[in-house]
Amino acid sequence: MQSLGLEVLFKGKNFARLLGGLWTALQISLISIAISMVLGTLLGILVGRKNGIGRVLMRCYLEFIHIMPQMVLLFIVFFGTAKAFGWNLSGELSSVIVFSLWGTAEMSDLVRGAVTSVPVIQYESAMALGLSRPQVFRFVILPQALRRLIPQSINLITRMIKTTSLVLMIGVVEILKVGQQIIEANRKSSPNAAFGVYLTIFLLYFLLCWPVSLLARQLEKRWG
Amino acid sequence: MDWEYVAKILPLYGKAAVLTVRIGVLGILFAILVGLLCSVVRQMKIPVLKQLASVYIELSRNTPLLVQLFFIYYGLPKIGIKTDPETCGVAGLAFLGGSYMAEAFRSGLEAVGKIQHESALSLGLTGLQTFRYVILPQAFAISIPGITANVIFLLKETSVFSAISLMDLMFTAKDQIGLYYKTTECLVLLVVFYLLILLPVSLLGSLLERRVRHAEFGT
Repeated sequence: MQSLGLEVLFKGKNFARLLGGLWTALQISLISIAISMVLGTLLGILVGRKNGIGRVLMRCYLEFIHIMPQMVLLFIVFFGTAKAFGWNLSGELSSVIVFSLWGTAEMSDLVRGAVTSVPVIQYESAMALGLSRPQVFRFVILPQALRRLIPQSINLITRMIKTTSLVLMIGVVEILKVGQQIIEANRKSSPNAAFGVYLTIFLLYFLLCWPVSLLARQLEKRWG
Repeated sequence: MDWEYVAKILPLYGKAAVLTVRIGVLGILFAILVGLLCSVVRQMKIPVLKQLASVYIELSRNTPLLVQLFFIYYGLPKIGIKTDPETCGVAGLAFLGGSYMAEAFRSGLEAVGKIQHESALSLGLTGLQTFRYVILPQAFAISIPGITANVIFLLKETSVFSAISLMDLMFTAKDQIGLYYKTTECLVLLVVFYLLILLPVSLLGSLLERRVRHAEFGT
C-alpha cells in the first residue's frame, strides 16, 4: 500500500501550522464580511432611491464588480494601485479592500432584492390600516424582508470564506501556502505529502463552510 | 499607456483568452452534464447513487475551486492519477460547476407542478414522453436564469487556473508585469479581455431569460 502522505501532518507542529494558515485566511474573510454587511446594507437601501448621477455611478460600480473575476480585482488593487499611486499595500490589506468592495456589492444586491420582494400591497394595506411610515417599515416590511435576507447573507458568508483562498496568488501566507511549505520541507522523507496535505486542506475548508451552509438552508426552509 | 508595448503583447493575450474560453466552455459543458446526472438521480430517488450525489454536491459546494484544483493537480498524481494542466482545469471546473448546475436543475424540476405529470400520464403519454415533452421544457425554462448565472460564475472562476501553471489571462498578465513592469498596460488589457469574454455572455443570458419566460405556465 502506497503511503498517502498523511504522516507529515503529525510531524512537529505541522497540523497547527496548517490551522494557523486557515486562521489567517479566515481573519481576512471575517473582517471583509463585517465591512461588507454594514456597507452593503446601507448601499442596498440607498441604491433604490432615484437620484441621477449618484445612481449611475453606483450602477457602474456594481456592474463592474459583478462581472470582473475577483482575481482581476485583487491584481488591480495589489499591483495596479502600487504602480499608479506609488504606495505599497500589503497582501492582507489589498485582499481586505477587494473582498470588502466585492462583498458590499453582493450584499447591496441581496438587500435591494429582499426589500423589493415584499409586494406593494403590503405597504398599501399597512398604510390603509393607519400605520405611519416608520411603523410600516418596522412592523411590516422589515420582518418579511429579513426572512429572505438572512439565509442569503449567510450564503454570502460561505462564498466569501471560500473566495479568500485566492489571496495565495498575491503572496499572503495562508493555508495553501503553508501546505506548500510543509510539502517542500518533507520532500525527501514523505514524497507523497502533497496528497495528504491537500486532502486535509480540502476537508478543513469543507468542515468550515458546511455547517454554515446547513444553517442557511435550515433557515430558508423554515422561513421560505 | 505605451501603445507599442500593447500592440506587442496583444497576440499573447489573444492566445491566453482562447485558452481561457476553451477550458471554460469545456468545463461548463461537463458541469452541465454532471449537474443533469445528479439532478436526475436525485429526482428518481435511485438508492446509493442518490446519496453519492448528495455527498458530492455538499463537498463541491463547500470548498474553494483553488483548493479543489490543488488537490486534483498536485495531490492525485501521488496516488497514481496523473493529469496535464488543461485536463485538470476542465475537471476542476466540472467538479465545482456540477453541483451548482445540479441545484439549478433541481429548482427547475421541483417548480413543475405535480398536476403536469399526472395530466400528461392521463393523456396516455408514457413516463419517458412525459419527461421529454412536458416536464423537461418547463423545468428548463425555469432553470435558465440559474444556469446563466452559473455559466458566468464559472467563467469568472477560470481566473484561478494560473495557479496550476495554465497560461491563461491571469498568468499572462502576471508574467508580463514581472518581465517589463508595465503594470497599467497589462491590467487594462486584462480587464478589457475579461469584459470581451464576459459581457456578451451576460447580455446573451438576459436575452435568453426574457425569451424563455414565455414558456412558463400558470404564473
